[in-house]
Amino acid sequence: MKQYDLVIVGGGPAGLAAASAAYDAGCKSTLLLERDNELGGILNQCFHDGFGMHTFHEELSGPEYAERYIQRVLDRDIPLRLGTTVIDIRPDKTVVAVNKRDGVFEIPAKAVILAMGCRERPRGALNIPGYRPAGVYSAGMAQRLVNKEGVLPGREVVILGSGDIGLITARRMALKGAKVHAVVELMPYSGGLKRNIEHCLTAFDIPLKLSHTVVDIKGKKRVESVTIAQVDEHNKPIPGTELEYPCDTLLLSVGLIPENELSRRAGVALSPATNGPVVNERLETSIPGVFACGNVLHVHDLVDFVSLEGEATGRAAAEYIRNGCEDTAHGTTVPIEAGDGVRYTVPSQVRSGCLENTLTLRFRVTGRSENRFVSVYAGDRRIYHERKAALAPGTMEEVTLPRTDLTGGFDSLTVKLEDE
Amino acid sequence: MMYDILIIGAGVSGCACARELSRYDARILVIDKEDDVCCGTSKANSAIVHAGYDAAPGSLMAKLNVEGNALMGRLAEDLDIPFRRNGSFVVCFSEEDRPGLVKLLEQGKANGVPDLRILERDELIAMEPNLSDEIVAALYAPTAGIICPFTLTLALAENAAANGVEFRFNTAATDIRRIDGHFIVDTNQGPIETRSVLNAAGVYSDKFHNIFGTNKLHITPRRGDYCLLDRVVGLPVERTIFPLPSKFGKGILVAPTVHGNTILGPTAIDLDDPEATATTADGIASLLAQATRSVKGLPLKQIITSFAGLRAHEDGHEFVIGEVPEAPGFFDCAGIESPGLTSSPAIGKMVAAEMSAKLGLSQKANFIETRKGILDPKALSLEEYAALVKEQPAYGSVVCRCETVTEGEILDAIRRPLGARSVDGVKRRTRATMGRCQGGFCSSRVMAILARELGVPLTAVTKCGPGSRMAYEDDRAQRGGDRT
Repeated sequence: MKQYDLVIVGGGPAGLAAASAAYDAGCKSTLLLERDNELGGILNQCFHDGFGMHTFHEELSGPEYAERYIQRVLDRDIPLRLGTTVIDIRPDKTVVAVNKRDGVFEIPAKAVILAMGCRERPRGALNIPGYRPAGVYSAGMAQRLVNKEGVLPGREVVILGSGDIGLITARRMALKGAKVHAVVELMPYSGGLKRNIEHCLTAFDIPLKLSHTVVDIKGKKRVESVTIAQVDEHNKPIPGTELEYPCDTLLLSVGLIPENELSRRAGVALSPATNGPVVNERLETSIPGVFACGNVLHVHDLVDFVSLEGEATGRAAAEYIRNGCEDTAHGTTVPIEAGDGVRYTVPSQVRSGCLENTLTLRFRVTGRSENRFVSVYAGDRRIYHERKAALAPGTMEEVTLPRTDLTGGFDSLTVKLEDE
Repeated sequence: MMYDILIIGAGVSGCACARELSRYDARILVIDKEDDVCCGTSKANSAIVHAGYDAAPGSLMAKLNVEGNALMGRLAEDLDIPFRRNGSFVVCFSEEDRPGLVKLLEQGKANGVPDLRILERDELIAMEPNLSDEIVAALYAPTAGIICPFTLTLALAENAAANGVEFRFNTAATDIRRIDGHFIVDTNQGPIETRSVLNAAGVYSDKFHNIFGTNKLHITPRRGDYCLLDRVVGLPVERTIFPLPSKFGKGILVAPTVHGNTILGPTAIDLDDPEATATTADGIASLLAQATRSVKGLPLKQIITSFAGLRAHEDGHEFVIGEVPEAPGFFDCAGIESPGLTSSPAIGKMVAAEMSAKLGLSQKANFIETRKGILDPKALSLEEYAALVKEQPAYGSVVCRCETVTEGEILDAIRRPLGARSVDGVKRRTRATMGRCQGGFCSSRVMAILARELGVPLTAVTKCGPGSRMAYEDDRAQRGGDRT
């Protein structure tokens, strides 16, 4: 096995964008590793449209969007290995991987880009009581069975979780002739886009049960029914409000978790707020030369932002290698704080001497609001202040600051919401 | 075809007895109503190898617990079963409860449990820093251990099969008739004739005993709920931590598993229905409350799954092992609740000794004493793993990312004798789908491998046998046409 300067772990949208961008920024020694037998990651099973409005001003399906970035990688002839699982990343940036053809191989990389994506939260993490029959699946597994394997996960379905993934899954199942009895949502509102509620639920007469959760699953071999109940203000089921749906399938769309097991093994510092690596303005982790982008860094809503993050890490990794892997930071590392109303920011640190022309901050808010202001403070000085008609935890926000705004000393940057 | 021995139940008891009985020249058949070995209590328990201080001195439970514990090390080596002696603490939360520890210590000594002693708080904390602040003292049992209950049961079954024992699944015994000194066991697959019967039917063992026994047995299915923590949090405790026992049992423990997870549980809830393995919200809540009483800072947000099993609790709270006098040739292995898993090697020997003597069986010359489990590449060095993949490329394809289970292991699990034929069968043999994503990523891949290996369509693959298909045909075109 040849040696490579840059190894990218994951050939989904983040890794694909990173690979092309690294190449264009001068890194001609890159190896892209992907565990599945095709590039494209989760996009390959996302048959619905809505991808690429920001990037291409078109509404593409998942595979169509993926194809754009796959083509860039192929056009640049970037070395890649499919069916390859990275089993270890060492603190010295050696990547250990395995596949059937090459066997086990180690690459002592100069730079690594983490683009492993995320996994779905399982039933067990919610302590949903009941039996454990066939027919209780994550939305992603159901999507894969329907779209890639051509089989139905079930015929009579209840879905827990009304974020976009739950809504899209409801529509997919209905289009496939399944009866979707209800989409059940713990919160008093759906986390999904309004247009998805219309296109996925209203259009198919699928009831949305807000402020409800699943309290029981019956059926020893295969699901026979799912019982839901209303919840109180503490999200606890209210006795006496139970509703039992005879069905054969429960699909769960109850959250995504960045997949950082390899990051942990490498010794990368993780943020409890995002479950992803702590990164600076170059999306570089606590290990110099190790970068992170996409869902492994923080769970995204729009693949367009994933591609932008991927490209940023590609450029940053290429520069790192070009600089002889020296940490060329000058100036101090300044924390970026999540202030009032903000749950987290990515990045969460900035090295004042290291900025490109702009600093892009992405963040999520803690609760829904209308007509509040997003503000950024450099120390005590407010350098950004924009009104946002609507903010929601389910919608990642982005603020781009010109480098000129970030000159002058400051000991922290704060992103917060204000009323005026 | 007349069998010499028909064993009802392919759980740990039935398989341990089958294995020991297979040392003799005899036609032995094990039947189970489920689709595979290890589908009842044996797959849903604490996975603890108890030291043996709990059971009443002089009882069969006490005797077989201590013997089984002593035999387990050698058995684990011979049959390639993950097992280690991590030791256990029975903790008490106040000085008033100390007499309870002393009683267990004395009981343990009377039962022949080695190396028992009471430790004071400062010694306990030095060994287990995460024990709760309430704990004042504990009974320490160094010989207690943890084991993989699936592998134990499977290994006993595979070794029994290698030594000639037959297994038939999806075969439920419905009745037993005694005719001319032998038995006809009626099943949903037809009648089976046998010279002798071993009743190892778990939560149903009273039903079969009571066909012949005048002293009736009564089994109460006693449910235990469990939660399992992600391996990523490390081990909050190295030893198994028990509270003082109550009349319902050993109480809710916190323990490492032999695979590196942490297990919390079990509750003890008496039921009527021997199939009621559903967990309940109350059950889970109560086990979490008790577990957090024993161990500080348990990362409950890292729970990856919960499950429940049913103990076969007999009214007399004692193992019922031996021939039923009213029906010579009918042997019980009934009421095997805790410490049944621990006792299994000793139960097997006891039953085999008794049955072989009664039936006049002679020992085989060529008994195969050992069994090699499914090769785990994670146990190899990187160089050894590289060599393995060169030789067998299927080991180079990782299917279950969370537990790093390769296609090579899954193929071995399916292809070996008594091989996996369902997703749960693959799961218990390889740990695929047991990780933090609980099969979200790999289930469809495991299904595809099963379909290919078994030569069936994807829609025929089951979770755990008949009635548990994982997926259905996309026959929308036939059923209702396209919607746009």
